[in-house]
Amino acid sequence: MDFELFTNILYATLRTGTPLILIALGEMVCEKSGVLNLGQEGMVLMGAALGFIAAVITGHAGLGIIAAIMAGMMMSLLFAFLSVTLVSNQVATGLALTIFGIGLSGFLGAGYVGMAIDGIAAFPIPFLSDIPFIGAVLFSHDPLVYLSWLMFGLIFYCFRSTRLGLTIRAVGENPEAANAIGIPVMKVRYGAILFGGAMSGLAGAYLSLVYTPMWSEGMSAGRGWIALALVVFASWKAERILLGAYLFGAASIMHLVLQGLGFEASPNLLAMLPYGATIIVLVIIASDAAKAKLSTPLALGQPYRPQV
Amino acid sequence: MLNITLEKRPSDSKAMSYLSPLFAILLTLVSGGLLFAFLGQDPFHALYTFFIAPLTDVYGWTELGVKVAPLTLCAMGLMLCFKAKIWNIGAEGQFIIGGLGGGYIALELIAAEGAWVLPCVLFFGTLSGLLWGALTALLKTRFHANEILTTIMLNYIALNWLLYGVHVPLKDPDGFNFPESALFSDFATLPALSDDYRLNISIFFALFAVAAIWALMSKTLLGFQISVLGEDKSAARFAGFKEKRLIWFALLTCGALAGLAGVCEVTGTVGQLNPYIAPGYGYAAIIVVFLGRMHPVGIVFASMLLALTYMGGEMAQMDLSLPKSLTGLFQGMLLFYLLACDLLISYRIVRKPAVRMINSSSNPAQA
Repeated sequence: MDFELFTNILYATLRTGTPLILIALGEMVCEKSGVLNLGQEGMVLMGAALGFIAAVITGHAGLGIIAAIMAGMMMSLLFAFLSVTLVSNQVATGLALTIFGIGLSGFLGAGYVGMAIDGIAAFPIPFLSDIPFIGAVLFSHDPLVYLSWLMFGLIFYCFRSTRLGLTIRAVGENPEAANAIGIPVMKVRYGAILFGGAMSGLAGAYLSLVYTPMWSEGMSAGRGWIALALVVFASWKAERILLGAYLFGAASIMHLVLQGLGFEASPNLLAMLPYGATIIVLVIIASDAAKAKLSTPLALGQPYRPQV
Repeated sequence: MLNITLEKRPSDSKAMSYLSPLFAILLTLVSGGLLFAFLGQDPFHALYTFFIAPLTDVYGWTELGVKVAPLTLCAMGLMLCFKAKIWNIGAEGQFIIGGLGGGYIALELIAAEGAWVLPCVLFFGTLSGLLWGALTALLKTRFHANEILTTIMLNYIALNWLLYGVHVPLKDPDGFNFPESALFSDFATLPALSDDYRLNISIFFALFAVAAIWALMSKTLLGFQISVLGEDKSAARFAGFKEKRLIWFALLTCGALAGLAGVCEVTGTVGQLNPYIAPGYGYAAIIVVFLGRMHPVGIVFASMLLALTYMGGEMAQMDLSLPKSLTGLFQGMLLFYLLACDLLISYRIVRKPAVRMINSSSNPAQA
């Protein structure tokens, strides 16, 4: 394998991993507060659709990103209302959110299929991007890749050293106790869910404005679900999410690697790789069930209503 | 805030569990009407076009049957799983693999003649779906992998197998390079009920499945065990039920039924393999099961409603030039409203007692 190809593969790995990082970080915060939101796929698609539509209408990709974040938050607000305020079953509500998001995004985006926009260009960081190899791999990306690192840093710091992180964890581990010491459990959960929605919307914008600047129905291709597996795989630790997302990114661009090595393989067969990898990861996590249980937020998936 | 709150009922309301789907349908219709009005359509005319116009003639009803059959088959299998609280989302993949497996045999037997060809094709299609379901069961019982995620991943893998199949090994050599297989022979085609309609005998398979699953759940020990497993896992263990065996049974049955639905779709309605053999019946069947209250009879009615959303979407596209994806939107809204209305089964809406007011200032969690 020649050097330039190697550089390109690493560069593409970081790009492919970025939406997964955004979704998984958002979902991790949400799960830390004790809420399992299986609606990621629906929120990502809504973000992708509305982000693209807004970018086409206004002509500004930046406004597209804002629209996508708003779309993700609106979807997550729906989920929060049902699952937190109305204490519905989180699994069923999450599934509903995904099915609804697929339908709504398909409907809204129907008139925009096949349109092309410029998308968000790469922004090489001055000086840093001139460093040989490292500059090309790490510092020649679009702004959203840098943003994903920033978000990673913030979330890592939040759960490591801040009161906010501790509060979110308290709510996810034992809502009764958190309520007893005066933490507004419902508000914290609403906040965590909305944050997850914003991150998923942003990931959607990444897909439709940067990764492939276009809209097509179901374009997230299961990334929302893969990110859900990633959170468990990372045992709710931000740094492992970063690592896991890039591993999946690498699995998703195997066709580049194989082409580079001179192999011919069906794109459809290679497209199965990330899904197959997810199943393998799930098996590995579950084989160490005791350890996984230790890091799972205790109240994950359990609705909570403070008593009168 | 509103001056009302939710209060847990002493016991679940049976009446509400039947009324909730009706409320959900009503809310969906109202929202749909508002949406149409927003899109500049006459809401009543648009709702008529979507929900009534498709069923104004015999042809419409037979077309409804064409879609009810696969939906019901998938939903009956999913019902077994959901009863046991196995969150199997994999009917879509099992449907595709059933169609692909059966379609492969049909293409192998394209020159064969005789009445044995069709049963052979149907058998292999069903078997393929069953084996695809077995993968989930293996991953769940042997490796304890979360079935929601594994089934969704298997759905994507199944779709890619289908795409690979129609792009490479099963592509029609005389098909001008389109990604589709040759047309199946007459001996591998599911007979239609009449020459004028597309409705074929798969509707009988669906009705048979309804009767069989109904008998299984209400008359046999096995069905009872599945229900108990879903209601209370520890009770099932205490009673000595073989949990793994029940999981295997539910997932294999669902795989077989969804596989049968898939092979019926390709040999009956489609007539060949192409990338579009699965219009999301496996996912819509999830809504069918919830809407049908996990009861065979309810599922038949819910299948008809969901089948209607497919036809309404096509009708709205033709007559109102609205996008066909209205179908997915209506399906999603329906499920959402249903979940919200289902809360009325175990909660009721009451006025906030006055004491709450005093408490709420000292307890911000209630705000």
